[in-house]
Amino acid sequence: MNHILNAFFIGFKEIWAHKFRSLLTMLGIILGVASLVGMSALVKGMENGMREALVAVGGLEKVRIEENDLPASQQHLADQAVGVTMADVYAIQRNADLIRSVTPEMRMRDALMTHGSKTYNSWYFAGTWPSALDMNQHVVQYGRMFNEVDDENARNVCVIGTAARDALFGSPDETGKEIIPIGEKVNIKGEVFTIIGMFEHYESEQDAKKRELAKLQPVTGNTNAPTRQKSMFGRKGGNSTSYIFTWKNSTIYIPLNTMWLKFRSAAGSNNIPDPRLSSLSVKVRDVNNLDPTIRQLRNVLMLTHHGIEDFAVQTQEDWADRINSAIRNARLSGGIISIISLLVGGIGIMNIMLASITERIREIGIRKAIGATYSDIFIQILVESVVIAIIGGAAGLVASMGLVGVLGVISAAENTPVITVSSLMLAFSFSAGVGVLAGLIPAFKAAKLDPIQALRYE
Amino acid sequence: MALVELRNVSKIYHLGGEEIRALDDVSLDIGAGEFISIIGPSGSGKSTLMHILGCLDKPSRGTMKLDGIAIEKASSAQLAHVRNQKIGFVFQFFNLLPKLNVLQNVELPMVYSGKNATERRDHAVEALKMVGLENRMKHRPMQLSGGQQQRVAIARALVNNPKIVFADEPTGNLDSKTGETILALFKQLSEEGRTIALVTHDDAIAARTPRRIEIRDGKIANFQNPVGQA
Ligand SMILES: Nc1ncnc2c1ncn2[C@@H]1O[C@H](COP(=O)(O)OP(=O)(O)OP(=O)(O)O)[C@@H](O)[C@H]1O
Ligand SMILES: [Mg+2]
Repeated sequence: MNHILNAFFIGFKEIWAHKFRSLLTMLGIILGVASLVGMSALVKGMENGMREALVAVGGLEKVRIEENDLPASQQHLADQAVGVTMADVYAIQRNADLIRSVTPEMRMRDALMTHGSKTYNSWYFAGTWPSALDMNQHVVQYGRMFNEVDDENARNVCVIGTAARDALFGSPDETGKEIIPIGEKVNIKGEVFTIIGMFEHYESEQDAKKRELAKLQPVTGNTNAPTRQKSMFGRKGGNSTSYIFTWKNSTIYIPLNTMWLKFRSAAGSNNIPDPRLSSLSVKVRDVNNLDPTIRQLRNVLMLTHHGIEDFAVQTQEDWADRINSAIRNARLSGGIISIISLLVGGIGIMNIMLASITERIREIGIRKAIGATYSDIFIQILVESVVIAIIGGAAGLVASMGLVGVLGVISAAENTPVITVSSLMLAFSFSAGVGVLAGLIPAFKAAKLDPIQALRYE
Repeated sequence: MALVELRNVSKIYHLGGEEIRALDDVSLDIGAGEFISIIGPSGSGKSTLMHILGCLDKPSRGTMKLDGIAIEKASSAQLAHVRNQKIGFVFQFFNLLPKLNVLQNVELPMVYSGKNATERRDHAVEALKMVGLENRMKHRPMQLSGGQQQRVAIARALVNNPKIVFADEPTGNLDSKTGETILALFKQLSEEGRTIALVTHDDAIAARTPRRIEIRDGKIANFQNPVGQA
């Protein structure tokens, strides 16, 4: 123990004696560690963004049933396919006990909303049940969601996202205050609707943090930094998931019956109202029991559809799988690049250690002559290599903080890189490991020097 | 039993098919408390003999015992231990570590014998007092004269209280006056009861030691009873 401690002491002195050379050597390790931590922070940020988005659209327990083309073998039954209808909703409620809740949805594309001279065309205008709130992870921050009574009476009420408010009444960034348009009347395709509720503003955690920060440090001048705009367009594009939040903010809900009576019933071909739902969402009771639940759901639907498979069951599992595999790939490629740069750093250390023992052949001879054993010399050189590597590793950790800071500025907000403790520990132990590997050959060469030969060396 | 027993020791080098007998069938005893000089012309094998005696090298043939330990059979770790504990070595070119100060240089053998820091310091200071350099402890070797450097080297050789001190031309790199003080130091150590063997090619120095061995072409040349006391 004393020996090793002493070897560390000698190692530090040796490195201090060659400060500049040691610094250059460490640079390889510093860069390797910084890139390892940086890569893992980027991947973590990406993962966070994707998982947040997954939760924002209802999580894994949400399953969607949508209309779908018939399989080839059933093409001749096309005219008997009725699509997804309320019959399915009731059948599921009655017979599928593995399903916790059902929410039908009837959407309309060209729902132009007007208020005074301003117009807004929502991407997502839907008639639905009050349960849509829970289904799609919506939170009504102001006013209220419509209820069963509103639905039964097909009242002209709507709950809007902040995007509609921003377009029709002005956004907080423009007006400097939060406008709450509860009770206001808007016109949708000739029908007057009362706004009875507004959702909260949806954004990624990172976006929220940045907005808070911007609030605390007001930007000079009156340029009210359009922070929301940023999240709207996903500043740097790429695999940005911010569209999820944009899409959510543009949601406008009206009662299903209102949609049906005021807009749909008049719109069918040949004056026969089109009873089809745009989609049907269900929440499963137990995500860990997904496969049997899906099977039950299919069985129930096949019955109501008389065996005609004109629907598709879409879980978000595929999405989750895609997230996982994207993360695995990113982690793998980032890891390989970082490991390579760490190895290059290790080769630098090995190189400098070989040069160093050549310079110190005489010293090694003297040490051996006065009683240093093979292992004494071996440990001394190995420890020196490890000391260079761990100092480099520690400096690399510091450098990685800076690197991640820079990455945070240039990456999409919802993917802001996050440093994890495990990546710091991994990078540091890797650098120490590289130090050991790089020191082995020089240590071996030094330790096996013959004392007489070494003493003769000039 | 003598402290050092060399029996029929040869050291043979092979250079391009040629056989060089640096030592040729040498037998020699050195008893505890002796002060002997080994003298001979350049290339006669003095250093080779010294290296074998100092356990820095192993004989090609023959046997050697030091303080009862069979050196020719010892492992390299055992040899390192013997060098550390039982032998003090003084070189012609001092061989101090330039990056360490005087005190640290003298402490070095104790680093490898696992003594703790205070023990190391105490012993090193004591050894430096013996050679009269206790006021130069923080100096670097390069800041000392040749004679002072050699005295530091002697302090280093003594610090682990060895059974025997070997010196290979300890005055060879010094002017005659300084060489004289080093020799006087060895004489004094000898009078204090230490066992010392030194190599020289200077007859005047060899004449000052109680026992002297002459070596020529790898063989002991004077038959002044090399095995057993003169
Ligand atoms: N490693 C070696 N390989 C080959 N020959 C060697 C080796 N070491 C020593 N010799 C030879 O052994 C002989 C004795 O050498 P040694 O160094 O012992 O002489 P020396 O008596 O110490 O001479 P000097 O007074 O010049 O120091 C010489 O002929 C030398 O060339
Ligand atoms: Mg010699």
